[in-house]
Amino acid sequence: MTQFFNDVIQIVAKHYPFLLRGIGYTMLIALAGTLIGLLIGLATGVLRTCPLSKNGFVRMLQKLLNGIIAVYVEVFRGTPMMVQAMVIYWGYAYATGGSTLPLIPSGIIIVSINTGAYMAEIVRGGIISIDKGQFEGAAAVGMTHWQTMRHIILPQVLRNILPSVANEFVINIKDTSVLNVIGVTELYYFAGIIKRESFQTFQTYLVVCVIYFVLTFTVTRILRLIEKKLQGSDSYVICGSQSDPNAEIRVPKKQEVPND
Amino acid sequence: MTDHSPVIEIKGLCKSFGSVDVLKGIDMQVNAGEVVAIIGSSGSGKSTMLRCVNLLETPTGGQILWHGKNVQTEIESIYKYRASVGMVFQQFNLYNNLTVLQNCTLPQIKVLGRSKAEAEKTAKDYLERVGMLPYQNARPSQISGGQKQRVAIARALAMNPEVLLFDEPTSALDPEMVGEVLSVMQQLANEGMTMLVVTHEMAFARDVSSRVVYMNQGVICEEGTPEQIFGNPQKQETKEFLARFRNN
Ligand SMILES: Nc1ncnc2c1ncn2[C@@H]1O[C@H](COP(=O)(O)OP(=O)(O)O)[C@@H](O)[C@H]1O
Ligand SMILES: [Mg+2]
Repeated sequence: MTQFFNDVIQIVAKHYPFLLRGIGYTMLIALAGTLIGLLIGLATGVLRTCPLSKNGFVRMLQKLLNGIIAVYVEVFRGTPMMVQAMVIYWGYAYATGGSTLPLIPSGIIIVSINTGAYMAEIVRGGIISIDKGQFEGAAAVGMTHWQTMRHIILPQVLRNILPSVANEFVINIKDTSVLNVIGVTELYYFAGIIKRESFQTFQTYLVVCVIYFVLTFTVTRILRLIEKKLQGSDSYVICGSQSDPNAEIRVPKKQEVPND
Repeated sequence: MTDHSPVIEIKGLCKSFGSVDVLKGIDMQVNAGEVVAIIGSSGSGKSTMLRCVNLLETPTGGQILWHGKNVQTEIESIYKYRASVGMVFQQFNLYNNLTVLQNCTLPQIKVLGRSKAEAEKTAKDYLERVGMLPYQNARPSQISGGQKQRVAIARALAMNPEVLLFDEPTSALDPEMVGEVLSVMQQLANEGMTMLVVTHEMAFARDVSSRVVYMNQGVICEEGTPEQIFGNPQKQETKEFLARFRNN
């Protein structure tokens, strides 16, 4: 038993630069991939929920775009990311006659495109679930579709989908491990190097396993805190009273009434 | 009060959803300073007519004229037109992500291009008038239905519209909150605001409106002064509708 702990300590002590670099790249690719994926999701979500134009040409263009987005979502959700990584990375090499993309940007691109396919559905669901009255309240004062989206709908959508986005981030922290097939130097890739040097396969992967868990657990907690924060304070301030116009009175939040 | 061209003129308005004809040729005029009450049983097309006026629904026949111009073909911008025709909904439709004050400033800034300072000044003036200034920092989820509706009226007024459309503004409210909203509307009427009000509040229609329109099954069945409609209705349908209301 002491031997086992010694091995583990040895691995960490000797290879911590590898482990730290691996953690750094894993987090970088997961975070960048999630954020870019969210942007892809927002863009496609807005496009797909845009009312069809009255102009025939524009309407045809909209339908074409919607079709392309639908195919993109189906293909990238329906195939493993590991295979997507190989196809995109080596497809680029094939198309350019042998030149390859730098590895870390490749990793970010692959995770972004893959996450974007999931985000597209998450955002679309988020937009559809917003009460129709929010759109009408904005249209009735003369706001354009884009103004309505930008200032009223998307802020509400983002707040509502935050748990799903957080979930995608956690999934990406784990799933970046498949990028080792193209040689991206994330955590799992370094695990392979450490194993080959130490000949202690179990101990190495156990250490890496614990690291992945600490990463996802910490991120989950932090995001939960942010979610709480966004739900706003439990009280609001009333400005002025009959006796003192400058008074500010804190009022506890009213219980949500179901028929509101 | 005799303006030569009416503010809004509705000519032969038709609207169908698929094969269902909801509006079957509506003709109506709204002159400056008039308060027109639209009454009628549920499903008779009152909301649809109001929503056609500001083009939330696209008419399938007939015309809506705004100062004599067809709003579907002859006006420069549908957005500017909507800004000058305010609408107050049964379900308030306040923007849930914004505070009371922001609800009233955002449309002014984005649609009318007003500065933030100017928009806040206007918004606060109207919030004060509807008695909601103290709640300027509250979120819609934190205030009652009657308060929400007063904010919705302030939001519409802050755009300085020429006409206000109301679609059953008190129907979603608890009974004790109906009064606060009606009194704001009465005040507006007294100040000469041009209003088109769909309502089930017969006392309001009788005491505040200058004209009452009774709609039935997608057509205007009868219209006249409140005295004519409530005192001496001519049509059998109108009599039956009003009798049903008295019994309730
Ligand atoms: N978007 C829609 N699609 C299909 N039918 C509709 C739609 N909106 C309203 N209707 C129908 O039109 C009729 C009139 O509705 P509405 O204008 O809301 O009546 P009212 O406001 O007088 O109660 C109803 O039968 C309703 O079902
Ligand atoms: Mg209605």
